[in-house]
Amino acid sequence: MLLNQFLLLSAVLFSIGVYGVLARRNGVLVLMSIELILNAVNINLVAFGAFRATVGGEVFALFVIAVAAAEVGVGLAMVLLLYRNRRSIDLTAIDQLRG
Amino acid sequence: MTTLAALADMDRLTGGEVLVAQNVAFAVMAITMVVAALRVVTTRNVVHAALYLVVVLAGVAGIFLLLGAEFVGVTQVMVYIGAIVVLFLFGIMLTKGSFGDDDGVSGEKRLMAGLVGLLVFGVMTAALVESFADAEVARSAPSTTAELADSIFSAYIVPFEAVSVLLLAALIGAIVVARQD
Repeated sequence: MLLNQFLLLSAVLFSIGVYGVLARRNGVLVLMSIELILNAVNINLVAFGAFRATVGGEVFALFVIAVAAAEVGVGLAMVLLLYRNRRSIDLTAIDQLRG
Repeated sequence: MTTLAALADMDRLTGGEVLVAQNVAFAVMAITMVVAALRVVTTRNVVHAALYLVVVLAGVAGIFLLLGAEFVGVTQVMVYIGAIVVLFLFGIMLTKGSFGDDDGVSGEKRLMAGLVGLLVFGVMTAALVESFADAEVARSAPSTTAELADSIFSAYIVPFEAVSVLLLAALIGAIVVARQD
């Protein structure tokens, strides 16, 4: 198997995630797009680990999974707080700090 | 003599077959994942987006297995599909009614986001094709969980402890942020 087929798949997923973060208005959907980006990173880490025949890539993929779990917990708590205060999770409506 | 040659021949043959099987499995999973990922960022129904996300995450777990990272693959299924997607579904249910659909994003914003995504993909593809033109992933034995555990608790002990403190901080932070009073 070529290394590049994994890296290119990961690049596609990353780009789709970037599109989702930029184009979505719903807070929960933006968090889902961030998960796509983190998964793309994980594919890269494990592929490079297999390429260099070292276990380090897998270890860091596990760390990224743990960080993603923490990120989703805090992110959803913030979305929930937003909903409680404004009855909406439309991210384009939060523009009070606009200069 | 002939049997040895035949054995070597068979080994080469099955090795090739395994490679073909791996490539077919990769192609099937990659296409499924890309289609599902596109649905995650384009579907109007929020619950459907979460379910398409499950398909992408399962595909990533399959890719990990293909690369011989079985422990990471199983962790992916348990943590992502088992916990994070359920958390997402809770988030969707608790904020439902406010903003079920994701209409109303202007065409201009979509266009700009699509352009940025394409640009990112183009730059990455150019860099990757340039750097790793025909680098092969070596076909080696899958890494064992014991190997992984040894490595985490010796060479990577400091990041491991940092991650555990981070998880604790995130746990407390999430409770404090979402607490109702």
